[in-house]
Amino acid sequence: MTDTLLKIQGLTKAYPGVVANDDVSFDIGRGEVHALLGENGAGKSTLVKMIYGLVKPDQGQMTMHDVKYAPTDPRQARATGVAMVFQHFSLFDALTVAENIALGMENPPSQRDLSDQIRKVSQNYGLPLDPRRTVGVLSAGERQRVEIIRCLLQNPKLLIMDEPTSVLTPQEVQILFQTLRKLKSEGTSILYISHKLDEIREICDTATILRHGKKVETCTPSDKSARELAEMMVGASFEAPKRSDRQLGDVILEVSNLSLNAADAYGTSLRGVTFTVRAGEVLGIGGVAGNGQDELLSALSGEAMTPASMVHLDGRDIGHLGPNDRRLLGLLAAPEERLGHAAAPNMSLVENAMMTAADRKGMVTSGFLAWGKAKQFAEDVIQKFDVRTPSAQNAARSLSGGNLQKFVIGREVLQEPSVLIVNQPTWGVDAAAAASIRQALLDLATGGAAIIVISQDLDELIEISDNFAALNEGRLSEIRPMLGLTVDQIGLMMGGAHDIEVAHG
Amino acid sequence: MIQLEKRKEPSTFWIYATPLLAVLLTMVLGGLLFATLGKDPLMAIKTIFWDPILGEFAFYYRPEVFKKAAPLILIAIGLSYGFKAGIWNIGAEGQYIIGAICGASVALAFYPLEARWMIFPLMILAGVAGGVIWAMIPALLRVYFKTNEILVSLMLVYVAEVLIKAFSIGLLRNPDGHGFPGSRNLNQYSSSANLELFAGTGVHWGVVTALFAVVATYVILAKHQFGFFVRLTGESSRAAGFAGVNANRLIITCFVISGGLAGVAGLFEVAGPAGQILGSFPAYYGFTAIIVAFLGRLHPVGILFAGLLMALTYVGGNAAEAAMNIPSATIQIFQGMLLFSLLSVDVLTNYRVRFVAARGA
Repeated sequence: MTDTLLKIQGLTKAYPGVVANDDVSFDIGRGEVHALLGENGAGKSTLVKMIYGLVKPDQGQMTMHDVKYAPTDPRQARATGVAMVFQHFSLFDALTVAENIALGMENPPSQRDLSDQIRKVSQNYGLPLDPRRTVGVLSAGERQRVEIIRCLLQNPKLLIMDEPTSVLTPQEVQILFQTLRKLKSEGTSILYISHKLDEIREICDTATILRHGKKVETCTPSDKSARELAEMMVGASFEAPKRSDRQLGDVILEVSNLSLNAADAYGTSLRGVTFTVRAGEVLGIGGVAGNGQDELLSALSGEAMTPASMVHLDGRDIGHLGPNDRRLLGLLAAPEERLGHAAAPNMSLVENAMMTAADRKGMVTSGFLAWGKAKQFAEDVIQKFDVRTPSAQNAARSLSGGNLQKFVIGREVLQEPSVLIVNQPTWGVDAAAAASIRQALLDLATGGAAIIVISQDLDELIEISDNFAALNEGRLSEIRPMLGLTVDQIGLMMGGAHDIEVAHG
Repeated sequence: MIQLEKRKEPSTFWIYATPLLAVLLTMVLGGLLFATLGKDPLMAIKTIFWDPILGEFAFYYRPEVFKKAAPLILIAIGLSYGFKAGIWNIGAEGQYIIGAICGASVALAFYPLEARWMIFPLMILAGVAGGVIWAMIPALLRVYFKTNEILVSLMLVYVAEVLIKAFSIGLLRNPDGHGFPGSRNLNQYSSSANLELFAGTGVHWGVVTALFAVVATYVILAKHQFGFFVRLTGESSRAAGFAGVNANRLIITCFVISGGLAGVAGLFEVAGPAGQILGSFPAYYGFTAIIVAFLGRLHPVGILFAGLLMALTYVGGNAAEAAMNIPSATIQIFQGMLLFSLLSVDVLTNYRVRFVAARGA
């Protein structure tokens, strides 16, 4: 950790209308785990893209081992010893692990040699992986291993990891950290992008905090409290959502033995999911991505229909009803994917308001649409949920992720549901917006609605849920009161460490 | 050096300007084509695009333009629903033929009874039904067996073409026709004739229906829930499912509309301009209407203009063929060029063209 590997000096990159990085400078030492911390839109990804050669800086320069480093494309970056594990994997489902890895190589060795190399690396670093398995059947954690091994085969000097723990259970996170520590002890530097403060305090030697494209500070994260780091990130203190005391009422939604076959070969089938939610209750459903979250949401929203008796609302069997019939009965939902599922990207917010509120808000008379009412409702959502947009006529895709998410949640909340199901309500949303969304959900519960929050963000679930259950391979664990559950117990409910071993040596 | 830069949002200006630019480009390319054939390009363009509307003999050509435009607009309007939602009925030509056969069969069944008040409406219903039935084959196969509607609907065109040949020499042949192929002439049977409503204008029932379809479609797309669902499905089928759109029902409805309008277009054609069921009845309106639909940006008013323009190339092309001895295949080349030009200038909608001096490193 004595000598400097990568020196970043005054990097600036501007896009029309926004300065993504403004005069950012810091050093990454050899064998150092360096955290890059910041809210969405703080400029983390632009900075990383410049280091990986995907984006050319307007100003400033980088030096690697005192040699000028200005990659024009990722290939050159890789040749210099920079490797990156992206948050979203670029793997082909139908190919095997070895084939996928070969695809990313300049001169791939024969499949047999490559498989041997993969086995060696995976054993060395505690990332067991069978090179012959088809990627489509792997879990999210295993796919990440494919990406990591792909990088390690290049013997990188600098490994960039973008939000690596978002797809892992707490136990899997610990194992990943051991791998990182081993890499570090061998002199590999790691640039670790995350917004999970506790993790950063645990694994990182140094942290650089970005806010609105500018560097706020480079510090030693273990010297700071999570609270201090958060305030540096946001630049102000914000209010954590408040839970008021609520009385749980009668059971509103009852799901019994819900099974649903996956829509395609690589989806997850739901198997015997059973739970109840009471009026005023927030039920948190955790789990690693790809364990049936999307399927559960669509079975509850009505996009996927099941035998009638599997879903039971307020004394009625509704499993056979479609989304609009369920909406009329008071069951509303907000899916995870904002653009292309919860909202239509190229349509205006008025049209997007019409999408789900048409029936409950009386916007349809014998098939004809009352656009005036839709506009009024859209403006209502914009105003009450502080959605930043020039007008309700702007296209959904022109909004930032956080603003669109506030609109999507607000659109459902203002329809006064008796049951609301949300999937990843604050995914990719800045801290202040996330807090206001969580507060809105809690207020809705206080008003007597039953809320189901499906999320991969454990902190979020711990903050707002009354009860907790976890999805693992399409099965729901038993439901336990959130209060008193430890992170370890939660991790075990999520499926524990699956089959990963600890790094050897 | 020319660079293409992707726009953040499609340019509204170019969405409307590209069809006009495509027409201009087609005129230029067409001019070059005529020049290589040894014809005066300006004269040829004038004969095709100007004379039928405003030339000396326009009184003869103008009604022809309306008669040709009516089926194109009717079919294209029907197709525009499905195309907006990503449902590809390529077989409108087949639905048009079957509509004509069914409609004509009703008339021939009643011949020589004179009861226009009953027979003509029944023919229209039969024409719609014929088109819908033919369209239901690809629609139901798609819904229940996940077949590709493009292939099935296209192949059914060839089946329909064989059927009309068979009917014209078989079941529907004129018994008083001295053994020649072809049915009785529906134009000469006053209960079935689709005559001009105003003499000398070319405006027959099909033209009126086409105008009505344009207005109705405009209202449905802007104000009705079905139009909203169609647009939403085209935008994102997943979002549409979340909004409660039943995808299968939407597929069926789009095929009903496109098949029904194609069928009724066939009926108006066979009872009017064409006059009889004959092997040579198919005129590829069903395929040309696909060009019309896209040239009109799948917008009802755009389709109205595109249909008129395409009809003009037919009529003007015939005029040029007669007056300047230009081969008849030229019209088809012309129409093809129009679509190609549109597709190529479409780049401007989503990209900005920038001329940059070659940069030093």
